[in-house]
Amino acid sequence: MSLLADVFTIVAVLAGLVFFIAGTAGLLRFPDTASRLHALTKADHLGLGLIVLGLLPRAGGMGGALRLLAIWGLVLVSSAAVGPMVARLTRGPEGRE
Amino acid sequence: MAEFLLVAALLVFATVVAGLLRVLRGPAVADRIMAAQLLGTGGIAALLLLGAATAAPALADVALTLALLAAFASVAMARTAPRQEKGGEPRE
Amino acid sequence: MIADLLLAAAILAVAVASILARRTFTAVALFIAYGLLLSLAWVRLSAIDVALTEAAIGAGLSGVLLLGAVRRLASRAEAPANPPPGAAMTVLIGIACACVAAALGAVILLLPEPAPSLAPQVAANLPTTGLGNPVTGVLMSFRALDTLLESAVVLLAVICVWSLTPDGGWGGAPGAAQPILGDGPLLLLARILPPLGIVVAVHILWVGKDAPGGKFQAAAILAAMWLLPWMAGLVAPPRIAARWLRLTVAVGPVVFIAIGLAGAVTEGAFLAYPPGWAMPLILVIEIVLTASIAVALALLVIGPPVPEP
Repeated sequence: MSLLADVFTIVAVLAGLVFFIAGTAGLLRFPDTASRLHALTKADHLGLGLIVLGLLPRAGGMGGALRLLAIWGLVLVSSAAVGPMVARLTRGPEGRE
Repeated sequence: MAEFLLVAALLVFATVVAGLLRVLRGPAVADRIMAAQLLGTGGIAALLLLGAATAAPALADVALTLALLAAFASVAMARTAPRQEKGGEPRE
Repeated sequence: MIADLLLAAAILAVAVASILARRTFTAVALFIAYGLLLSLAWVRLSAIDVALTEAAIGAGLSGVLLLGAVRRLASRAEAPANPPPGAAMTVLIGIACACVAAALGAVILLLPEPAPSLAPQVAANLPTTGLGNPVTGVLMSFRALDTLLESAVVLLAVICVWSLTPDGGWGGAPGAAQPILGDGPLLLLARILPPLGIVVAVHILWVGKDAPGGKFQAAAILAAMWLLPWMAGLVAPPRIAARWLRLTVAVGPVVFIAIGLAGAVTEGAFLAYPPGWAMPLILVIEIVLTASIAVALALLVIGPPVPEP
């Protein structure tokens, strides 16, 4: 059982890492701000979700697991709100330095 | 297992630092705000992995605080950021 | 080790970029990123209490306070630029900065090995307080006087900010009126986040007696959860003449001093707790101080009242 849990953790955390790396690659390579925002918000939050999923068996009971899920939920809600606000700034020439 | 989680934390943190380089180059103000987003999400992931690797549940509380305050700071930045000012009034 | 080097390099890079930034907004945005990185550094140094404080106050509230300053500066006419300092002055400033850096480095390098520490005494005496978190033990019992002065400083800072009120504004609602942009995402977040954040703040306050956490961190989160609806234009701040507001800001330090005086009467020393009563009294102080500090921090970010048109 614990072996199964460990395998689950490793697979999920590795998958999460792939998304983090993909998100950063997008952040580095995409040409304009809006695309970079897209790469950052989508990939990183999926990556965080997968890592949270992978850590669930090691969270030490119901409370710890709920706390992990709450962290992910908080990040999702707040970035869902911040994303559009930032995106609005990218329109128009005044947003540039 | 702890070693694996530590390496994973390191890798996540490395992607965050790589992303920071991009953010430092700018040029748009939106790129700067993304720094807080990037550090929020990536920092939280690294903290959770580190906390699981070293059996330090208190790190989850740091991650919670980071999640709340990074969101708060990003909102404040997005509100304050210099907007485009055609016709002299903010859009919407 | 690699992670620590990366972290140190990232902190330095963000700090330099923040100093070199031309726009005030960019400098503040990078300062917030710097605070978040610093909080990770404290975690690596196993100072979780400090990491929590840095994330909550250093990155979050101070950053937003500075953003308020950016906003205020932007709405003001361009100030006449001071003439740039001459070459001699520049060199002098450089030498002075280098001296400060060298002195700091020398102090750290000259520390005896092992560094002097009071940690064994704290660990030996912690059971008398009934607390599990040594940091809370130091802050609330062994060095309670420092904490009392800190909370008084926050109160004084609010008084200082209020004393900057321009003519005709005294007693009114603090802060510039928030533009209501009909900002959908912001309104949504300002409605969803505060209930969750208040739960988190209570949790951080409560675990503070046994694990990293405590009043300053909880108060900073509470303040942020009040400021969010204020930014969204959902709530208006109370007038600073409101009696409940002034009472809330002052009640924390007052209760702290009262309990300290009671200790002076019964135990013969200011801020001494009667045996067996340390933990409940510390809890009372922590809870009351959280309320005071939360309101005070929010008022600091909101700023002085503006005269009503």
